[in-house]
Amino acid sequence: MPLESKRSAFFKGGRDTLPLIIGAVPFGIVFGTLSGGAGLSAAATMSLSAFVFAGSAQFIAVGLVAAGTAWPIIVLTTAVVNFRHLLYTATLLPFLKPLPRPWQAVLAFGLTDETFAVAAARWLRNDCPAHNHWYQLGSMVFMYTNWNICTIIGLAAGRILEGIGGWGLDFAMVAAFIGMAVPYVKNRPTCWAVAVAGGSALAFHGLPHKLGLMIASLAGIGAGVIAEGLERQVTGDG
Amino acid sequence: MQTFLMIAGMALVTFALRYLLLPLSGRIGFSARMQRALGFVPPVVLTAIVVPAVMLPDGRHVQLTVANPYLAGALITALIAKFSNNLLVTIVGGMAAFAAWQYVTNSFKC
Repeated sequence: MPLESKRSAFFKGGRDTLPLIIGAVPFGIVFGTLSGGAGLSAAATMSLSAFVFAGSAQFIAVGLVAAGTAWPIIVLTTAVVNFRHLLYTATLLPFLKPLPRPWQAVLAFGLTDETFAVAAARWLRNDCPAHNHWYQLGSMVFMYTNWNICTIIGLAAGRILEGIGGWGLDFAMVAAFIGMAVPYVKNRPTCWAVAVAGGSALAFHGLPHKLGLMIASLAGIGAGVIAEGLERQVTGDG
Repeated sequence: MQTFLMIAGMALVTFALRYLLLPLSGRIGFSARMQRALGFVPPVVLTAIVVPAVMLPDGRHVQLTVANPYLAGALITALIAKFSNNLLVTIVGGMAAFAAWQYVTNSFKC
C-alpha cells in the first residue's frame, strides 16, 4: 500500500479525469457560443456554468429559453434531466456519509456524470487509499475549471470556433467511458445489466429531457438485479 | 429577473438532487440488496450514455454502418479495454482508431 498524500490524490483525480475534460471542451465552448443566440447575457451564461454545472441541463435550458419557455418549466425540466445524479449520490452514499458536512456539500455540488464515473471506480475498488475524497475533489475541480474556461472561450470566440464540435474531441469521453465500463463487466448479471441498458438507451433515445437515459439506467439496474437473483437461486444462495 | 430566477432555480434543484440524500438518508437506510443494486449503476450509466452517443453521432440518425467512426472506434476501444486491462492504453488506442477511421472514411467522401 503506497503512501499517498492528499495532494497527490487530488492531482491524480484531475489527471484521471483528463480524457473526460478533453471530451467536455467542445461542449463547453459550443455552450458559450449558443447561449448568446438564445438571448442570454454573458453573465447569465457564465452563471449557468458556474452555479448549475450540468452540461446537458444547460444545453436544454438554452434551447427552452430560445423557445420562450417560462422559467418554472425550465427549472422543472432541469430536475428531470438531472434526476440521475440522485443515483450517483446514492451509489456513493456509504463513502460520502462519513465525511464532514462541508466536504459532503462540496463534493455533491460537483457530482457530474464524469466525476461520478472516475470517483466511483476508485471508491468501489475499496482499496486502502485514505484520500479518495481528495481524489474526487481533484476530479471535480479540474472538470469545473475546464468547463467554466471553455464557456468563457465560447462566449468570447463566438463563431470562430463553431466547427469545434466536428473535431471528434467528444470521442475522448466515449473512449474513457468504455474503458471504465469494461472492467465492471466481469459476471453474467452485469452483462445483462449493460446489454439491457444499452438497448433501452437506444430504444428510448428519442425521448426528451434525458428521460431515455433515466429509463435505460433503471432498466439496466433492474435487469442486473433480476439476473443476480436468478443466479443466487440456482446456486442455492437465495 | 426571470433569468435570475431561472438560474437560481436550476442551481438549487441540481444541488438538491446531488446533495439531499446525504443528510436525509439516515432515515431511509440502505439495505444490502439496495447496495448490490446500486453496484450496477456505474457500468449501466456509462453504457446508457455511450451507446446513443456512438450510434447517433449527430444526435438524430442511427448510423449502424461501417462508415461510422464512432461505432468502429467504440468497438475497437472495447476490445482494447478487454485485452489490455489498462485505461490509458485503451483511451489512447481507442482515440487513435477513431481518428484513423474518421480520416479514412472522410477520404472516401466525394
